[in-house]
Amino acid sequence: MRTLRDATQGIRRAPLLSGLSITAIGLSLFIIGLFALTAHNIDEALVGVESRVEVVAYLEEGTSDEVVAVASSEIAGFPEVEEVRFVSKVEALYDASRELTEFSDVFSDLEVNPLPASYEIKLLEGSRTPEDVERVAERLAGYEFVEEVRYGREWVDKVYALRRIAGGAALALGGSFALGAILLIGIAVRMAVLARSREIAIMQTVGATDSYIRRPFLVEGLITGLGGGLLALGLTWLVHVSVDRTLLSLSWLPDLWIALGLVLAALLGVVAAGRAVRREIRRIEVF
Amino acid sequence: MIQFRSVTRHFDRSDPALTDVSFHVRKGEFVFLTGPSGAGKTTVLRLIHMQLMPSEGEVRVSKFSSRKMRRREIPELRRRVGYVFQDFRLLEDLTAAENVAFVLECTGTPRARIEPKVQRLLGQVGLIARARSLPRELSGGEQQRVVIARALATEPIVLLADEPTGNLDERATAGVFDLFRTINASGTSVVMATHDAELIRRHPSIRVIELEAGEVVFDSRDSGADPESRSQVARGIPGHSGADA
Repeated sequence: MRTLRDATQGIRRAPLLSGLSITAIGLSLFIIGLFALTAHNIDEALVGVESRVEVVAYLEEGTSDEVVAVASSEIAGFPEVEEVRFVSKVEALYDASRELTEFSDVFSDLEVNPLPASYEIKLLEGSRTPEDVERVAERLAGYEFVEEVRYGREWVDKVYALRRIAGGAALALGGSFALGAILLIGIAVRMAVLARSREIAIMQTVGATDSYIRRPFLVEGLITGLGGGLLALGLTWLVHVSVDRTLLSLSWLPDLWIALGLVLAALLGVVAAGRAVRREIRRIEVF
Repeated sequence: MIQFRSVTRHFDRSDPALTDVSFHVRKGEFVFLTGPSGAGKTTVLRLIHMQLMPSEGEVRVSKFSSRKMRRREIPELRRRVGYVFQDFRLLEDLTAAENVAFVLECTGTPRARIEPKVQRLLGQVGLIARARSLPRELSGGEQQRVVIARALATEPIVLLADEPTGNLDERATAGVFDLFRTINASGTSVVMATHDAELIRRHPSIRVIELEAGEVVFDSRDSGADPESRSQVARGIPGHSGADA
């Protein structure tokens, strides 16, 4: 109880500095929050895109049914493969004329079916990274009767790269802001220690333990950190709502990320306060 | 109980504040620590309280030795060694009772036991009626009694007093000194730094250790009861009655 009273007293004693510390933590975590929001939505998009990732192997003209059947079961046995669908030349033409209705006349007038037969291969979830797809494609290309292998990974690779950039930028920018926040909290706590130096000296004289003396300052750091975390959460939410309503539909951050963010904020506050108070208390001479 | 063994203490590169000081204070003993200003009286008290550690030699207080002391053990020692200051050092925005309760709170006394203990301590120093007064509403003697109650809160085995009557008039001095005698009679050792020659002269039965320029120049225990061998301060020799630094 005393700890909490003393901690809030510290904040009341220097409201401007405490406010600055909260704002600094809030801003640093807001930066992280923004990038987290971006990364999360890219993740969501990637899941949708990845589930549609297919590798298509086009077969040479005249590949026999037996070869097709044997190879089909072989490919189905690849560890990355979920499903293999053989699309014959006739099916390919049918699919094309159905999907591209504006060219239906062209398709019906054809004397020779120009479309090749193919395997459409779906990969297992967890085996859709660029490396996995590349590996499957190389094995397929190894078959003599496979004329060409196509897969739409290029742009997925770009999305992946974007995701990595978002993560890296969040860490770098958020990290440097967090350092600033740690310094500010340190100053706030140092001022609080100085304001209470007489009290602390009496505590040291009568035999209060260091941890007892430190506790209110750590709680002050915790409150400041959490305050900053909540501010960051609020700002990120505002950005989410405004973008979602005006520009594009966005999903909100998962609860786990929010919880981790708040824990991180509280930790930031406690660590910064702990560093400052440890140093300052040792400086106070017992009268 | 308190032992100084060849203790020397330097501050920076200046001459040592104490040089090769040795003495022993027994359990339940009352000792005047006297000497001119800058003789090293406060340094001795701070060494006993382990605010300072000796540069050479050893200070022992009960089971605690300056040689083996770890920082985390210091609070335990401080709870057993009460400290009374000349200038009181009370928390100005707390009442007399709250100043005493503050010590109990920060040394882990259970909440339910704080109030009765504060009452008992204030009763012991004769201040029940002033429990709700702020320090600025109390006389010097009353403030010093609050400080003594605060020092007694942790039930120390020894009470250190640094010029406790230095800011008090004659009447208040007598009252506060009687209080120290009563506390001592109940078994608590008292080491009182003072330059009050009159106080020392009026209590010839109390042991006197006199310091000068950081050295023990007189110990009445070694000199027996010979009045001629009383310390220079006790004999009122000029130049030996200044306040300590």
